[in-house]
Amino acid sequence: MSVVLHSAPRFASNEGVIDALSATLGARLIAAHEAHGEVVLTVERAAIADALELLRDQHEYQQLMEIAGVDYPDRAERFEVVYMLLSLTRNHRVLVKVNAAEDTPVPTVTHLWPVAGWLEREVFDMYGVIFDGNTDLRRILTDYGFEGHPFRKDFPLTGYVELRYSEEDKRVVYEPVKLAQDLRSFDFMSPWEGADYVLPGDEKAATPPPPPPAPAPAPAPAPEAKKPASKKAPAAKKAPAAKKPAAKAKGGKA
Amino acid sequence: MSLQLEQSPTTGDDVITNYTINFGPQHPAAHGVLRMVMELDGEVIERIDPHVGLLHRGTEKLIEHKTYLQALPYFDRLDYCSPLGMEHSYVLAVEKLLNVEVPERAQYLRVLFAELTRICNHMLNLGSHVMDVGAMTPNLWMFEIREDCLNFFERASGARMHAAWFRPGGVHQDVPEKLLVDIGTWLDTRLPELFEDAMSLVVDNRIFKQRNVDIATVSKEDAVKWGFSGPMIRGSGIAWDIRKAQPYDVYDRMEFDVPVGTRGDCYDRFMVRVEEVRQSARIMKQCLRDMPSGPVASTDRKVSPPKRAEMKASMEALIHHFKLYTEGFHVPAGEVYVATESPKGEFGVYLVSDGSNKPYRCKIRPTAFSHLQAMDFMCKGHMLPDVTAIIGAIDVVFGECDR
Repeated sequence: MSVVLHSAPRFASNEGVIDALSATLGARLIAAHEAHGEVVLTVERAAIADALELLRDQHEYQQLMEIAGVDYPDRAERFEVVYMLLSLTRNHRVLVKVNAAEDTPVPTVTHLWPVAGWLEREVFDMYGVIFDGNTDLRRILTDYGFEGHPFRKDFPLTGYVELRYSEEDKRVVYEPVKLAQDLRSFDFMSPWEGADYVLPGDEKAATPPPPPPAPAPAPAPAPEAKKPASKKAPAAKKAPAAKKPAAKAKGGKA
Repeated sequence: MSLQLEQSPTTGDDVITNYTINFGPQHPAAHGVLRMVMELDGEVIERIDPHVGLLHRGTEKLIEHKTYLQALPYFDRLDYCSPLGMEHSYVLAVEKLLNVEVPERAQYLRVLFAELTRICNHMLNLGSHVMDVGAMTPNLWMFEIREDCLNFFERASGARMHAAWFRPGGVHQDVPEKLLVDIGTWLDTRLPELFEDAMSLVVDNRIFKQRNVDIATVSKEDAVKWGFSGPMIRGSGIAWDIRKAQPYDVYDRMEFDVPVGTRGDCYDRFMVRVEEVRQSARIMKQCLRDMPSGPVASTDRKVSPPKRAEMKASMEALIHHFKLYTEGFHVPAGEVYVATESPKGEFGVYLVSDGSNKPYRCKIRPTAFSHLQAMDFMCKGHMLPDVTAIIGAIDVVFGECDR
């Protein structure tokens, strides 16, 4: 990764940036790393406004270009709010992150950059992250009266309601979404690279083999050994078992 | 018969309260579906609350459900006036995560067509801006240039507008030699003729100046605070151009000037774009002069597909092709924010990859979003008809603003 082959925008070097910024941020900083040519700082949620103010005033990151929300449903605090800062004078970019949950408000930065107003509204609209101190936290991109936060990973791609113009009512009406054909989600992940398929009949492979020659002690440790293993491990184990007969059948036909 | 006195509500000492009107969502000067709730005092604007999102299509969510290659055409449909400018940020973001090398010819072709896109975009914006403030003819002439640009896109990619021609690793296919020759002659003859003719009607026109000079003046500090970029920040006098400051592809080999405004008003923004068209033509000429021959897409077969002829002879090429167009390529886990100088300003893509063949998250940083947010403070104290000039100078396209 050290050799840069790509031709993406080349800004000023990242060398020494992490050291300088972490010295300023001190205890507000949780983690800092550099990967793919980007400096990413993770900051305490309560201290985000302070941290960004320090970066703006002491390190010349004058512009807040974007605030992005990201949803990681597996985490305890499932949302990440990412602030993209740009220094016009030092010609450098950093990403500053905070973690948040649905019920943990993130302090607003509208007093530092007025542009944050809409950017925070968008993250609120799409993910439901609440920004404490933003006086105008309305929905922005979704419909008037929309319910839910559509960019969450557990929100279906098709949504819940659809609208049409009703000739009888002479107005636009909302109805539960009806699909003539189920939404097709193609999974082209290679079966050799960790695809987690549940094929019909796979559940048989999970149960221990029917002829148990060993008496009582044998079945007891088996489930115990399985439990601590991650959810994926048994699936990966049983996948080849299920595939082999299929491959054989194909071969037989050919 | 006695005369009846007219009982007008405005006579007497009644205080007239401010009233609120809706501008849009269907308004020809709103350049799309923009609804603005305006509070007016007579004809003077007191407050504006722009409502956006009427064209929200959930592009970012759709992209999460597509492979990296399938996600590409969505970018054409963001800013449908400068499709290749949108693709540029995305392919560079994917390439940055993959760390894949792009052949030189592909880099030159991308710069060439990104600049053609800039001309194409500015033709539409400058034309509609002058039409918003009352001039008709320049728009018609500039649409001729735009038509030429679209024809060039069609000859390169097969599509007039939604080209989907930039690909991670290069461009989709090479251009015919004749096309490059034709672009060269067009740059020397037709473009300057039509463009300078059209501009001669506008730039020193008294009416045009009355409508634009000193309208929506934005100071340098405000431009920085409100996240301005592109012609909007340059119009305010900050010489910030990502092509110059953070060069991508072969922009570092190009010679061009960054025009800046002096007063930060709508006229300056207009004139910055006018000069940008000339500079784009200059960059394109350099591209045509220096463009080497060679491959136009990465030779890494795990990223870009093999040639059709190769597939007829090589089993491995066939497998590569099949895998690329079904499963797609896998992108190493990580996150990048890549922003390029699109014709409208900084267009950024924040791409999070979890190592699979689909983006985990693709946040699009539109240019018009932050510009529109500043409508309130830019319009305050101006007259209602100035709003059209201000929107025209922002250069807003809702495909991109609402995503």
